[in-house]
Amino acid sequence: MAHSAPKIVNPEGIAEEIGAILGSMLVEAVDHADELTFTVAREDLANAMVALRDMGHYQQLMEIAGVDYPDRAERFEVAYHLLSVTRNHRVRVKVSTDEDTPVPTVTHLWPVAGWLEREVFDMYGVVFDGNTDLRRILTDYGFKGHPQRKDFPLTGYVELRYSEEDKRVVYEPVKLAQDFRSFDFMSPWEGAQYVLPGDEKAAAPAVPAASTPKATESKADTGAGDAANKKAEEKSAEAPAKPAAATDEGKGAAKPEDKA
Amino acid sequence: MSDYLEKLDHVTDAADPAYGDTEIQNYTINFGPQHPAAHGVLRLVMELEGEIVERCDPHVGLLHRGTEKLIEYKTYMQALPYFDRLDYCSPLGMEHSYVLAVEKLLNLEVPERAQYLRVFFAELTRICNHMLNLGSHVMDVGAMTPNLWLFEIREDCLNFFERASGARMHSAYFRPGGVHQDVPLKLLTDIADWLDTRLPRLFEDAMSLVVDNRIFKQRNVDIAIVSKEDALKWGFSGPMLRGSGIAWDIRKAQPYDVYDRMDFDIPVGTAYDCYDRFMVRVEEVRQSARIMKQCLNDMPEGPIASFDRKVVPPKRGEMKRSMEALIHHFKLYTEGFHVPAGEVYVATESPKGEFGVYLVSDGSNKPYRCKIRPTAFSHLQAMDFMMKGHMLADTTAVLGAMDIVFGECDR
Repeated sequence: MAHSAPKIVNPEGIAEEIGAILGSMLVEAVDHADELTFTVAREDLANAMVALRDMGHYQQLMEIAGVDYPDRAERFEVAYHLLSVTRNHRVRVKVSTDEDTPVPTVTHLWPVAGWLEREVFDMYGVVFDGNTDLRRILTDYGFKGHPQRKDFPLTGYVELRYSEEDKRVVYEPVKLAQDFRSFDFMSPWEGAQYVLPGDEKAAAPAVPAASTPKATESKADTGAGDAANKKAEEKSAEAPAKPAAATDEGKGAAKPEDKA
Repeated sequence: MSDYLEKLDHVTDAADPAYGDTEIQNYTINFGPQHPAAHGVLRLVMELEGEIVERCDPHVGLLHRGTEKLIEYKTYMQALPYFDRLDYCSPLGMEHSYVLAVEKLLNLEVPERAQYLRVFFAELTRICNHMLNLGSHVMDVGAMTPNLWLFEIREDCLNFFERASGARMHSAYFRPGGVHQDVPLKLLTDIADWLDTRLPRLFEDAMSLVVDNRIFKQRNVDIAIVSKEDALKWGFSGPMLRGSGIAWDIRKAQPYDVYDRMDFDIPVGTAYDCYDRFMVRVEEVRQSARIMKQCLNDMPEGPIASFDRKVVPPKRGEMKRSMEALIHHFKLYTEGFHVPAGEVYVATESPKGEFGVYLVSDGSNKPYRCKIRPTAFSHLQAMDFMMKGHMLADTTAVLGAMDIVFGECDR
């Protein structure tokens, strides 16, 4: 252990002990960076917490944190951080949920959970079943949306200012003089998620040879449609077609930020 | 006159005890959002019966700036200054949790001198924070002078921060891997002199006016008593928990940096009221001074930041002379360092209580999620429970003893 972060000594056999306390409610136990994480089934959360508080002696609920993983089927993770002041130990209990499925509340065990659950609800839209006071807490009165979700833009949707004409604060759609500059630092040599310009050719499957070679012998074969064909005939009658190149030079260069 | 008429009507109190009384209804008042004793932008919706508080619903979030969201869009280094701006009364206490969380994910070793410097300045922050809190608590319950004297000390602290980091409040001094720059020897000797002379003189003078003061005791003793069980249930931490008689201090229980080498005592309350919380903080100031003196005695010479050039950027002077340093400097100040995937919850004993950072990394150079556990959030939530049955005027004492700063509560 090289770092100097708070030393939390995991008592001998603590993982097995908590595993036994949780029994069938336990889904997964992870020991990472000296911190124990127990994922429990969502519907068993309240029972698991009762067991941890009464049999595991974790007296304090310090924090409830939501995390959003949009790629997962159940996109939200709710992490409960418990502290035992008698055993001097911390554990983390996790459940996962989606937008619609409620998580059982723990307000009857720890009244402190009231605001912590309200915050997760406000920020992520996770509903807590049994919390009688599930109002928004940090955002404005009448706010719409859940700002900590990964699909919520950093700038939000509305901005407000004091209007001299109306003599009150008014909401307006957010207008920015300059976009937020987000740089992509992923090295192209170390597993970039996007395709570098030109690389798609190597990856694309070879085009199977057509049985009959495609040719445009008549205007109808171009696939441009009747209206365009008519227009083209008119033009060619008036003046010779002007070459379209030369004006476009340089515009074809790939812009890396577009690909990100 | 009405009594006389009632007598004529043969109406007696026994027949209808409520007859002739005016019906009194509970009324609701707004305490704040702009109130000098609300310590920032707190709106308390209070339901009063006469002067007794029946219900108290704190509305927070008026200072919400979306810090956690912003951090997700910044590199680990760029995210650091946001922590100064959370609890702007104790900036280094906030930074401490964050840098330790990052170091824990990186499993990065910090040189000894840097650890001593961090503990040293974290304790100076504690003194600085308590000066503000104790002073404003005293002022909220009616005394002016001690606050002015304590602000003298606070001013000294801020000057020391300026000499160490260049900024009076938002220092950004702790960095993942160590601290930003070394301190001059003169600063350390000046602080040593200050700890021996000016701090005890000013502080003890100010406290001598307060701690045995009759009015101060009348306003604080037996106000908002919180039992041990309730303190645990409501997620109290720091001086609030110690004021409720539980000797819990993360610096002792789960020592970080060099706190395990420090010799200090943990004060606890015996009556669990606002006066106890005040006195716990008073004693903590003395203990902090004690820790700082030990740091000054034991602090070794040496590097002030890790030499891991994949995390800690080289100094500017070195960058001008070495090609390798130039590359590292450029890469670390643009791209920043990548942190291995994983998640940690690191809580330190900030002056206000347990300040935690739950950091989730996906292996990139930006935090995937950085949940900040503010101390004030759980304390303020207990406001309803603590205020029930107390007088309206006690609100300021209870709030003062909670030590709330909205930059941190609302994030």
